[in-house]
Amino acid sequence: MQWHYEIAAVDAITLYFGRDIELAQVARIQAAQDALATALKERVIDMVPAYTSLLLRYDLRQDDLAHLLADIAPVLAALPEVLEVDHDAPVIDLPVYYAPEVGPELPLLAERSGLTIDQVIECHSALVYQVFAIGFAPGFAYLGEVAETLRTPRLATPRKRVPVGALGIADSQTAIYPLVSPGGWNLIGRTPEAMFRPDQTPPSRLQAGQQVKFCPINRERYLEMGGRLDDLPWQQEAH
Amino acid sequence: MMGMIVKRPGILALLQDAGRRGVMHYGLANGGVMDRHAWAWANHLLGNSWGAPAIEVALGGLVLEVKACTAIAVCGADLSLQLNGEPLPLWRVHRVEPGDELSFGHPRQGMRAYLAVSGGFQVSPSLGQSCATVMREGTGGLQGNGQRLQAGDILPFVAQSPSDTLLARRVPDRWIPDYQADLTLDVVLGAQVDAFPAEALAQFFDQSWTVSTSSDRMGARLEGGAIKGLSQRMISEGIGLGAIQVPADGQPIILLNDRQTVGGYPKLGAVTPRALDLLAQCQFGRPVSFVPTALHDAQRQERQFLNFFASTLSM
Repeated sequence: MQWHYEIAAVDAITLYFGRDIELAQVARIQAAQDALATALKERVIDMVPAYTSLLLRYDLRQDDLAHLLADIAPVLAALPEVLEVDHDAPVIDLPVYYAPEVGPELPLLAERSGLTIDQVIECHSALVYQVFAIGFAPGFAYLGEVAETLRTPRLATPRKRVPVGALGIADSQTAIYPLVSPGGWNLIGRTPEAMFRPDQTPPSRLQAGQQVKFCPINRERYLEMGGRLDDLPWQQEAH
Repeated sequence: MMGMIVKRPGILALLQDAGRRGVMHYGLANGGVMDRHAWAWANHLLGNSWGAPAIEVALGGLVLEVKACTAIAVCGADLSLQLNGEPLPLWRVHRVEPGDELSFGHPRQGMRAYLAVSGGFQVSPSLGQSCATVMREGTGGLQGNGQRLQAGDILPFVAQSPSDTLLARRVPDRWIPDYQADLTLDVVLGAQVDAFPAEALAQFFDQSWTVSTSSDRMGARLEGGAIKGLSQRMISEGIGLGAIQVPADGQPIILLNDRQTVGGYPKLGAVTPRALDLLAQCQFGRPVSFVPTALHDAQRQERQFLNFFASTLSM
């Protein structure tokens, strides 16, 4: 497997596996992460996979950079250049209530794409998405890639408060906000499921490398599943 | 179990330790003490192991009532610390008794003081084998919900009668930093440094920057002459501690303990952990400058620090 590295911090390097965001990278990075975790064990403190890279923080009491690289090289050299995405891997279904009351940018996306709101929902929920990275906030999964017709840039002015479970689109990416936070993604729906559960192992509902499909549910089902409608900041703003 | 009771929480008091390990891939911040030097000395004086939780008191105002006899040490910023209304020296061990009141006043030097107790505060670690408080995430800390210390909180410790040997311990003068001294921070170059034009790098290293009042535990924001001519096109990636990112406005941000785990701004390298310990004590508005250092030297310096305070591999 081809790779190169850069210094990320005094105790961390970033391993790079390519220049472009592409689906094939996800499997390569995951394979590298698994192989390095097995080979280096306690010498590694943290690994953070992202679109084309893997951040690796190591224990300076056990290693210096030269020592570490000498052990990383053969592990990565032993991995094949091309790794198939595991199409048999289970796809995680996430229920989503798609509606303007929880997804205030649905009308905007319909207008931009020339579709009806129902067609936007159908288009977004038809695809299987790949988890490219977890970051920004605990459990925040960057999913890709969104259909061309639905790609919409972030809001010019981010919202100060996006509710928990909100599903958004930013260009080719889509994601669920696991916590109340500021955010500028175009909101199209909301899941009643918890994406970050600090008392569970693993605390993040999704992991890099997994596949996800969104399943539309109606308002009634959303409420039955514990979904909330009483905490929507845009409704409170309107009052 | 006995403890200390928070009478007044002050400006910002947090339960912190060495920070989390092995959970960044869930999007969880490292957290942990901002100035490891002061924190590690406070624990070391008391014979506590490296990971022991302590209270990080930023800018003062915290008042605690002691409920049992034990030994404490406070290291770091001079926040006009008093015991029962009398000034209490930093960087050494003191005995405290039931009914004693510890109060932190206004800052005279530095930003953060660390209060450690003999045996460490008895809080169970949660995420990443740590009890670090990360307010932004609502995770960790005394109750596990990321909350700063509140009036009425009880900080538990095991009561004990400290020996005279323990009470005589103090930090040698040469290890007590002068937080008023001009600050030049060591930087290891890396990340996207090759994408920085030479003039942009010269702008960063040749000028003196000011630490902005909008700095927090996520990042130290610098103010100065904007760094120009930098392409902002890059793919988001994991961020290491101390990374220096330069967003479109040209004002660098040094990413600290509570930083987001993934980000997409170009970075020219990272401030060394030992330099971050000093930066944690730098008051808003003070000047800082930067100097490149070799990774080898920075790693040797960091290893020396860890070997002194954290020589056992279980941390």
